[in-house]
Amino acid sequence: MSMQTQSQSTQNSAFGDYQIQGFFDELVDQQGQPRPDAAELVALIEQLPPGELQRRQQAIERSLYRMGITFTVYSDAAGTEKIMPFDIVPRIISAIAWAHIEAGLKQRIKALNMFLSDIYSDQQIVNDGVLPRELVDTAPTFLPQCMGLKPFNDVWCHVTGTDLVRDDTGAFFVLEDNLRCPSGASYVMQNRYLMKKNFPQAFRASQVRPVSDYPARLFATLCEMSPPDIEDPTVAVLTPGVYNSAFYEHSFFAQQMGVELVEGRDLLVRDDVVYMRTTDGLQKVDMIYRRIDDVFLDPEVFRDDSVLGVAGLMRAYRLGNVSLANAPGTGIADDKVIYAYVPEMIEYYLGEEQILPNVPTYVCFRDEDRQYVLNHLDELVVKAANESGGYGILIGPHASQAERAEYARQIEANPRNFVAQPTLALSRVPTVTDDALEGRHVDLRPYILCNKDDVWVMPGGLTRVALRKGSLVVNSSQGGGSKDTWVAAEPGQRVASLQSS
Amino acid sequence: MLSRVAESIYWMARQVERAENLARFLEVTHNLILDQPDNLVDPWAPLISVTGDFELFADRYSVTDVDSVTQFLAFDASYPSSMLSTLRQARENARGVRESLSSEVYEQVNQFYRFVNQASQQSKLESTNNFLSAVRDMAIQWTGVLDSTMSRNLGWHFANVGRMLERADKTSRILDVKYFNILPKVDDVGTAVDDVQWSALLYAISGFEAYRREHRMINISRVVEFFLFNRTFPRSIRFCVTAAVASFAEIIEASQPGSDHTALELASSLKHRLSKTSVEEVLAGGMHRFIDNLQSELNDIGDAMNSDYFHAVSL
Repeated sequence: MSMQTQSQSTQNSAFGDYQIQGFFDELVDQQGQPRPDAAELVALIEQLPPGELQRRQQAIERSLYRMGITFTVYSDAAGTEKIMPFDIVPRIISAIAWAHIEAGLKQRIKALNMFLSDIYSDQQIVNDGVLPRELVDTAPTFLPQCMGLKPFNDVWCHVTGTDLVRDDTGAFFVLEDNLRCPSGASYVMQNRYLMKKNFPQAFRASQVRPVSDYPARLFATLCEMSPPDIEDPTVAVLTPGVYNSAFYEHSFFAQQMGVELVEGRDLLVRDDVVYMRTTDGLQKVDMIYRRIDDVFLDPEVFRDDSVLGVAGLMRAYRLGNVSLANAPGTGIADDKVIYAYVPEMIEYYLGEEQILPNVPTYVCFRDEDRQYVLNHLDELVVKAANESGGYGILIGPHASQAERAEYARQIEANPRNFVAQPTLALSRVPTVTDDALEGRHVDLRPYILCNKDDVWVMPGGLTRVALRKGSLVVNSSQGGGSKDTWVAAEPGQRVASLQSS
Repeated sequence: MLSRVAESIYWMARQVERAENLARFLEVTHNLILDQPDNLVDPWAPLISVTGDFELFADRYSVTDVDSVTQFLAFDASYPSSMLSTLRQARENARGVRESLSSEVYEQVNQFYRFVNQASQQSKLESTNNFLSAVRDMAIQWTGVLDSTMSRNLGWHFANVGRMLERADKTSRILDVKYFNILPKVDDVGTAVDDVQWSALLYAISGFEAYRREHRMINISRVVEFFLFNRTFPRSIRFCVTAAVASFAEIIEASQPGSDHTALELASSLKHRLSKTSVEEVLAGGMHRFIDNLQSELNDIGDAMNSDYFHAVSL
């Protein structure tokens, strides 16, 4: 009789009971088989002893505390710190899907830059009746103070983080454009670094495109977009300060680029030139990568109670003595109503059809759309035009009758302020829970850098994941976490080595 | 370098150094009580006296003993100069300027704070001595990380000035403990107990072995001289002031001609006097008075840094 051996139960393997439950899953297909680019990773995870994924995940969480990549909860006297939750199972995007995204984003950012140049000068797009004037005039993010601005090379959005989602067919849609100061790129760097440290085998098994050159490319973009004829421009990152929730990121990029991280109080404007206060007197600043919102930039021009910016900055900017990235005024294109017109902008400025579609959007400002929205509130996601961070959103199917009634009232009172979209069955990625892997909904924010002559899209981006079961809200303020995002290399393409991070 | 950044780095280094020296204060006293007959001298009150914060202590605690003094100096979050509070401030300073530090420097101060914070949340430490020597180890690691991962740029020099001024001040206060200790018990002078006490002071600045190698016998004048004037021991006051002067010189090297350098002038003149004063003069004039004057001169240098670099009026 042969010796008895331990049975190889599939129950113990991480993917043993994994169910896609009718959603589009980024790693597993309809038949429950790993997608081609995920095959090696899934095989590797299957081989791990039970509990190993959870252990590695905890190791990563400890690293995050050690590295101080934390938020402090200041209302708590004990100074409790929280990390942005990180999930160890990466999201993988195929080379073909990526090529499509890249082309779509390049097209989109070109059109948006042309729109911004137009809307702050002749407003041809309004005059030609493509975009209703009323929408521009009533947009709180349209800044009349920016009329006539001419950013160098007509680039307004040097750094963009566009939010993409995938529906139940796997098709990609643009959910929103973040053209002011999109955050999160530092998490992409750190997620990759942590994954390499804690799960190196996975990289050996897969072909992943690197993201580590982002800070160098960002710096090159900022130098290129500095006022012309400056040999070695002085670049600074402008932060609201240490209490801002994205402060870690501001500090990270200043450190990675080797430039000063300044606060408003470190700057002053003298004779229309911007200087920073140093231990050795005043030093001229040529390019400011500003991480504060438009209206705080300059109390002379915008909010006069702002202490985050510096008085006179806009004078210096208008005269071309300093560059700002991104240019002030870009928020107009973040307006969720204006967003609905991006397909028309692409057609109008480029004469092209949109490569990467918008999520179908009902603009409540239009009578027909509004009627539809009011009649279908239980199916739609309603969004306020100028809220972000997951606030001001009604998810119709999950909302109560009373909540829907309240939104209906608000929509009728101020139709300009609302848009609605179908509730998408967002794609999912296997995610570590206490004892197994379960599907959780994700979105994707790739980062785009706009140079003088070309647009560069980071191969990857921030995958945000709604960690609460069934939740569609990925924002970190509302229970969201993040994952490393792997873009599969095409054959022969340079991939991430274990050494670079 | 941004004035704000320079100021934060300077204070960060001071605050970590302060935490380290509190551990040294406490450690030496915890060791001392294991070595001496009961009630010979009260070792705890002097620890509070040399901080100059006796009133703050008296507001919070009714008895002066091992527990209250340890709690006050190590873990009292409401006392701004406790080990926990200074490390919290150091980390906040580091966080605000982490782009100007090496990643390792920030991580070290972050870990240091987290370690002490965790200890502060335990109801009773298993071994206070082990905790204090772990703190000392972390502080030494911190010094190593600062020195081995940062360029000798302005950031490092401001940090170095901060830690050297703080260390000089704290070395003087450790020596001052002896003044507060010795007064009530003049009879002990020259006895075995006295020997143990002076040795303990040397341990507190990690100087016992270095002292032995130079002088072998414990002798009051030589110990005081070692604390104040030793040229080569890295925690002696003269060594610290000399190191601060060297960093000031580098800072000035990098600045434009014509700027103010009051801090350098004050530090240089202190350095000069430390090299010209004898231990006999110090003891004749009263050690405590000498130490008091020294501390106020160190404070003057710190004040001058505000007007020279951090909050210069011309800006």
